[in-house]
Amino acid sequence: MNDTYTLGPLQAGPPCCDPEPLIRVENLSLHYGTKPALEGVSLDIYKGCITALIGPSGCGKTSFLSVLNRLTDMIPGCRVSGNVHFDNRDLRNPALDVQGLRRDIGMIFQKPVPFPLSIRRNIELPLREHGMSKQADLNEVIQRVLLDVGLWDEVKDRLESSAQALSGGQQQRLCIARALALKPKVLLMDEPCSALDPISSGVVEDLIQRLRGKYTVVIVTHNLAQARRIANYAGFFWVKERAGCLIEFGQCKQIFEAPAHDLTAAYVNGSRG
Amino acid sequence: MSKNELTTVLIWLMAVLVSGVFIWLLADIIIHGLSKLSWSFFVESPQNVGRSGGIGPIIVSTLLILLVAIVTAAPLGLATAVLLSEFTRHDSVFGRFVRRSLDVLAGVPSIVFGLFGNAFFCIYLGLGFSILSGGLTLACMVLPILIRTAEEGLQATPNDYRLATAALGMSRSSALFHLLLPAATPAIAAGLLLGIGRAGAETAALIFTSGYVDRMPDSLFDSGRALSVHIYDLSMNVAGGDASAYSSALVLIILLLIINSIAMGLAKHWLHRSIVTV
Ligand SMILES: Nc1ncnc2c1ncn2[C@@H]1O[C@H](COP(=O)(O)OP(=O)(O)OP(=O)(O)O)[C@@H](O)[C@H]1O
Ligand SMILES: [Mg+2]
Repeated sequence: MNDTYTLGPLQAGPPCCDPEPLIRVENLSLHYGTKPALEGVSLDIYKGCITALIGPSGCGKTSFLSVLNRLTDMIPGCRVSGNVHFDNRDLRNPALDVQGLRRDIGMIFQKPVPFPLSIRRNIELPLREHGMSKQADLNEVIQRVLLDVGLWDEVKDRLESSAQALSGGQQQRLCIARALALKPKVLLMDEPCSALDPISSGVVEDLIQRLRGKYTVVIVTHNLAQARRIANYAGFFWVKERAGCLIEFGQCKQIFEAPAHDLTAAYVNGSRG
Repeated sequence: MSKNELTTVLIWLMAVLVSGVFIWLLADIIIHGLSKLSWSFFVESPQNVGRSGGIGPIIVSTLLILLVAIVTAAPLGLATAVLLSEFTRHDSVFGRFVRRSLDVLAGVPSIVFGLFGNAFFCIYLGLGFSILSGGLTLACMVLPILIRTAEEGLQATPNDYRLATAALGMSRSSALFHLLLPAATPAIAAGLLLGIGRAGAETAALIFTSGYVDRMPDSLFDSGRALSVHIYDLSMNVAGGDASAYSSALVLIILLLIINSIAMGLAKHWLHRSIVTV
């Protein structure tokens, strides 16, 4: 059986002992103008677990993530329908406090986006915006999150220098630290390792592992081996009739070892996609 | 000679020609203008319709007119640019309409602005021939340049900043003030410099608005003669005024150079304060 996998040993993280849905998505559809990008997606994101979303390019994974923190509001012509609930909040409610929501649901982009400010200011800026102004508090948070992402020792002597002078991997970890500083409940990660070399990628992956239990993580990745190593749950997207849809969702172990759907099996075995 | 060499020679020829014309112009003005330049020329009032005496009041009027123009045009221009680039959809009817109008306005000859300024500021608003009328007319004239350059600068800032700040729950206005405007500073400064340059060199728009009077202005409601108007008058209407015209032209060039370097310095300072550049 193991011979069919070429992806290395399977370590699907521990199944969440008590799966408690934090985000519920029902029959979600998304259109860019008249072009459908997602059609009828339903799934639950479980609290404290790492959920990996896999699938070929253009199947709507990024679009799915941006529904969850309402970044779709920023895209002209983007229409969303269906039900999305987070913590008893209706995410489709036009009157929702979007800034508060985005504080609870942080997002990491594929390409790190450090602001052209100092390392310290990068983390301070959103914190100040959310009302933290005492320098002592700020310093404490900065140190804590930089320690969390394993960046503290590398940058503690150069907090005042530009964040854009950091390496790609360091920049991505800074962005994660910046998101963690807001104490989000959920972290959406859109291919956080794809722009990184294997070593930086490994560091970020270890970091994500350590987030398990404390945060709810949804990670999009093209790296199937990575998905198998870190995820508790996995969702497989595929493009059907020009619109992305969710083919299969379940425990990571099941998706990779005993997929219910032929497409999933073909994709995880590397013969399609 | 190979095709490549020919191209090189041609390109060099062009460069030499263009800078040659500029250097000739500058040298002409410096050679003819330098002789009359002295401290008293800067502070004294013109005598004998400008053939002798200095250009003190004219420098003051020029600076006041420029000041009025910049102080009104810069905030208005920046606000419009922000509205266009950040708060309206790029393909909206409103945005397209405003952009098209600005492009048309930018190409309108300055004499038309002069007539408009005369009709609107001098007569309709009752400001008369005054420094205020002239400055406001110049403001209208440089607004299109200011808005379009600032807007392009804002559009050129990475969209990633907008998404990343939004994803951190930050408001659009703080993204604007902390990241987008500082990143667009060079473009905004360039627009401002272009505007000041155009305003400082303007004659036609001022003849009908700020007027000819070469006395020292007491307030913004007094008429005041701008340097460019003075040069025009000396070289066109005053026999034997050429020497003074040359000196005034030299002063105008120096003035614009000084203003430009101050603006550059300020932009750099601001940029450095808000953005770390390594
Ligand atoms: N802003 C947009 N405007 C119009 N169409 C878009 C936009 N963003 C994405 N799309 C389209 O929606 C579909 C899904 O895109 P999406 O970025 O969500 O895919 P993805 O699964 O994240 O792909 P990848 O793995 O390459 O990142 C694609 O066909 C894409 O062309
Ligand atoms: Mg994507």
